[in-house]
Amino acid sequence: MKENIIELNNITKHFGDKCILDNVSLSVKKGEFVTILGPSGCGKTTLLRILAGFGSADSGEVVINGENITDVPPHQRPVNTVFQRYALFPHLDVYENIAFGLKLQKVPVDEIDTRVRKVLKMVSMTDYEDRDVESLSGGQQQRVAIARAIVNQPKVLLLDEPLAALDLKMRKDMQIELKEMHRKLGITFIYVTHDQEEALTLSDTIVVMNEGKIQQIGTPTDIYNEPQNSFVADFIGESNILNGRMVKDRLVEFAGHEFECVDEGFGENVDVDVVVRPEDIYIMNKTEGAQFTAKVKTCIFKGVHYEMLVDTDTRHELMIQDYNAFEPDTEVGLIIRPADIQVMKKERICNTFEAEIISEDRVKFMDEEFECKPQTTFAPGQKVKAEVKFNKVELIDHPEDGMLAGTVYFLLYKGDHYHLTILTDDGYHIWVDTNDIWDKGDLVGINIAPKDIKIIKCDD
Amino acid sequence: MTKRSTWALPYAIFLVLFVALPLILIILYAFQDGSGNFTFGNFTKFFTDTDAIETFALSLEVAIENTALCILLGYPAAWILANKNLNRSAVTIVLFIMPMWINALMRTLATAELFHMLGVQLGKGTLLVGMVYDYLPFMIYPIYNILNRMDKSYAEAAQDLGATPWQVFWKVQVPLSMPGVVSGIMMVFMPTVSTFAISEFLTNNKIKLFGTIIQENINSSMWNYGAALSLVMLIIIGITSLLQDNKKDVSGGIV
Repeated sequence: MKENIIELNNITKHFGDKCILDNVSLSVKKGEFVTILGPSGCGKTTLLRILAGFGSADSGEVVINGENITDVPPHQRPVNTVFQRYALFPHLDVYENIAFGLKLQKVPVDEIDTRVRKVLKMVSMTDYEDRDVESLSGGQQQRVAIARAIVNQPKVLLLDEPLAALDLKMRKDMQIELKEMHRKLGITFIYVTHDQEEALTLSDTIVVMNEGKIQQIGTPTDIYNEPQNSFVADFIGESNILNGRMVKDRLVEFAGHEFECVDEGFGENVDVDVVVRPEDIYIMNKTEGAQFTAKVKTCIFKGVHYEMLVDTDTRHELMIQDYNAFEPDTEVGLIIRPADIQVMKKERICNTFEAEIISEDRVKFMDEEFECKPQTTFAPGQKVKAEVKFNKVELIDHPEDGMLAGTVYFLLYKGDHYHLTILTDDGYHIWVDTNDIWDKGDLVGINIAPKDIKIIKCDD
Repeated sequence: MTKRSTWALPYAIFLVLFVALPLILIILYAFQDGSGNFTFGNFTKFFTDTDAIETFALSLEVAIENTALCILLGYPAAWILANKNLNRSAVTIVLFIMPMWINALMRTLATAELFHMLGVQLGKGTLLVGMVYDYLPFMIYPIYNILNRMDKSYAEAAQDLGATPWQVFWKVQVPLSMPGVVSGIMMVFMPTVSTFAISEFLTNNKIKLFGTIIQENINSSMWNYGAALSLVMLIIIGITSLLQDNKKDVSGGIV
């Protein structure tokens, strides 16, 4: 067992009212290639900046190499960073840029020279030492930025979306080179990206983040084959995510059918999320012997495989990838093997808000007063919880016509409906099930009918 | 499309009348004697007149001193203004820039009155104070501009590579702000070389600057000698502006 080189303990960070990092803890082993993966705004760059020392956490500690460096300024930390837009010094040439760190450390001139030449060779930029950095192409600047960081022999190399500005071909080449460089140098790489394919290709360990929280930590195969929640399943690769019900151990019901699976310990008749990867659904022309049937809607050639959308006998839409093409309108039989069904605990089964009773038929939550069914159980001013079912939240086109306004923040197709995360203008999350089609970023108005607000007692 | 070039006509006429023609006249007058004959006499007169040469040297000296003082005071001021942690308000920036909106002659007269009131002996000291007061905003503004727009990832990259805040300043931020400093030098040095009003008001003409001699000659209708002196000064200013041409990027300045 190798020792941990980095330990982040309970890091929390707010910008104003917004929580960017919510109690994040992470440990990294020496020599690992760890990728922090997540959509923009998930807190991954903030986490990296806290590691580098450019931002301080509100609470929590950063330990590198056994030393608590939470309050150590960036220039004294044993880490170096490759910045997203490289940040090469425009007043220095390639050689001087790379030698910058070594000169500050007062390394003897001849040693600087050997080390700079060595890294220049490593990043294949040997003939460019006298060049002006601004005359270099994006890929070349990238190489110089990497050279400038690794020449200092840091314990940990931090990379902030280093390939984001490169074109696809260049990105692929650099991925291979980075992997090779990591192997040669043997130092720990912490790599931040929003590109799931990059994460799967490069990493030993992937840390999936969303909304300031770590969603899952695991090897690329773990993350792909056994996502722990619907966010991870949706973010990594293509997937069919469906509402399901765990009938009993090893038996799950979804898309209107019961399937054998390998999962246990969820309990009986518990609502769950089910993930089936499109390549794990077996599709065939005959319908006998199949678990269920479907009708092909579309069929698109994707190079290696065909990607088909089918409508099942229970009106659920599934995506299937197969080497054989099945023409639209064909009746097909489908089989899913028990091991290919990934069952996940639901994060929530309805919206729950902290609320306050205003009067007999008014309740306040999300900074807004809502009309509710007249009740006499609770007195005005009493703190309660308000529950609203996902499918009882009404979304309308015009934000100004709703009781609340918000934007569509995240959406998930669940076979027969969409599951949306709405971020209100006041920073609250509401989850909505709907059959209407919305796009990410759409502005919406939100209404909740009085009869759909269920008021329950606070636990404490 | 072809007609578009005609829009430039008014500007072309303006340029010819107010820039090209006066320059040609200066050159013509500088190489003529009082009766219109070609001569180098005006220049030999200047280069053999020790008084004139001394005034010329003094002018350069005052201009250099003024520029140096403006950099010494202006750079830190610009730095503080551009630093979001030290200065959060746009009002402070306006306060520093505001003197630029007021006529320089008025400010100079006011400064002179202030010295009278305080009973300060007029001389080189008061001259420099007045000049720095007049020209400081012209130094601060271009430097502030470039510091304000500088990508902060350069400073972070330097820190990341082990630079202390002091080293970040000297090894990255100062070199990267040089175009602003060059711009500031241009805007301070060139007008100070040719000034005469400030020395007239703030030293009671005790100290004569090059601009003063040109003005005196022209006022006493010595057009040819005055023109020759102007030409010498133009050459000095031309040399100064070469300083800027060598820098590839001066986007930070306001000239």
